Amino acid sequence: MIKILKYSFYDLIRSRWTYVYFAFYLLLGIVLLFLNNDLSKAVITLMNVIIILVPLISTVFGVMYYYNSREFTELLLAQPVKRSSIFIGQYLGVALSLSISLVVGLGLPFIFYGIFKSVAIWDFVLLLVTGTFLSLIFTALSFNIALANENRIKGFGYAILLWLFMAVIYDGLFLISLLIFEEYPLDTFSIAATLFNPIDLSRVLILLKLDISALLGYTGALFQKFFGTYFGMLISSAVLVLWVIVPSFFIYRRSRRKDF
Amino acid sequence: MVQIEGLHKKFGRNEVLQGIDLEIGRGEIFAILGPNGSGKTTLIKSVLGMVIPNTGSIHVNGHSIKKNHRYRNEIDYLPQIANFPSNLRVNELIRMIKDLRNDPSEKDQELIELFGLKPYLNKKLGTLSGGTKQKVNILLTFMFDSPLLILDEPTTGLDPISLIRLKELLTSEKEKGKTILVTSHIMSFVESVTSKIVYLLEGKIYFKGSIPELKARTKQPDFEHAIASILTLADD
Repeated sequence: MIKILKYSFYDLIRSRWTYVYFAFYLLLGIVLLFLNNDLSKAVITLMNVIIILVPLISTVFGVMYYYNSREFTELLLAQPVKRSSIFIGQYLGVALSLSISLVVGLGLPFIFYGIFKSVAIWDFVLLLVTGTFLSLIFTALSFNIALANENRIKGFGYAILLWLFMAVIYDGLFLISLLIFEEYPLDTFSIAATLFNPIDLSRVLILLKLDISALLGYTGALFQKFFGTYFGMLISSAVLVLWVIVPSFFIYRRSRRKDF
Repeated sequence: MVQIEGLHKKFGRNEVLQGIDLEIGRGEIFAILGPNGSGKTTLIKSVLGMVIPNTGSIHVNGHSIKKNHRYRNEIDYLPQIANFPSNLRVNELIRMIKDLRNDPSEKDQELIELFGLKPYLNKKLGTLSGGTKQKVNILLTFMFDSPLLILDEPTTGLDPISLIRLKELLTSEKEKGKTILVTSHIMSFVESVTSKIVYLLEGKIYFKGSIPELKARTKQPDFEHAIASILTLADD
């Protein structure tokens, strides 16, 4: 698996798209710091961008990589390598190269701006950690979609739909259900609903850390009330880890049964 | 070397293989022939473990291939379409496959010379032409000295000189006593490589034997016509 990971990573690190992605974050970091002139504010703006954009890029990149490397995967399948190591290796290769683009691309401008001397350092670190989690989660989900669909157009379609659902539609449905059922106690429901969407979960996690009650929103406030800041963060991180493990397990399982 | 028993495979409703029984002994060379969609590639891919059969068993060198990946150490496979990660260079790919197989083979130098691949070694795979990719593909296959060789349409996109080189390579492998399975639609190529054929039709073995036997049965003097008339034989 390590070998496959190494070569996938190697392949991707030279891909033009990795650099485009990297350059985008570099630029974003620089522009935000110039405009805000304040590290804490820049971190909050960044959160809004990361939480929507990282899932989108990871999903699209994951499906694209899977479909583009299909023939190569067939070459690997004929080698004395375990099937599951091929797919888990490729998955980690994609997810890690995306995470590194994110961490380095955003990290550099913030380091030059003096993040290490600032109090916002831990907020920023948490932001990058969440971004990495989101990369891992959405790449895993996109690999599952690609493994299940031979047809690339369908695969792409489902992947985009998944992102749209998690990033936009989910919140809408959530709000509508809160309105419709406003006469009932909805605390447990909304906490559960948040746990089932990694994007919401990441938002809550970061907002809990930033401790900006104005931005916490309904679920954030509930989380804080229910679990307290630290326990809430612990729970949301644990669920994020689960969000990585479960889809990875499905990649493992599906890859063992698939025909090529 | 390879034992296949009662192999069935369905893709959705399409029954591609409908009970294949085949035994290939050590040092035998078989051409697997058949019209498009007769199940040749599926059969080959089942042996490689890329397609998972619905029922039936396959043994390679006495080991069942189920939940096993080590047996592929004994197989060199040439896939039908060669497409490689476009950002890797040719020599990196060669190094990588060696690394994956844990086999520091030195035969690649010889093959690079043979197919004139030296000027391409530092080029990215994405920039190579189809024929050159096929040469790289052949190089990767013949680089190791595995006892079983599986070639799926090896002649695709090759220029005449490389085709001659490929035939020479196969002859030398034959002399080493390797077991070889090959599919091709080019009958003259098949005839120059082997005399034993397996003819698949709609997922079943329709004919198994030597080319002279086939000619005698179909009463056709040349191989190409004999193959074509197999289908009319099926109607009798």
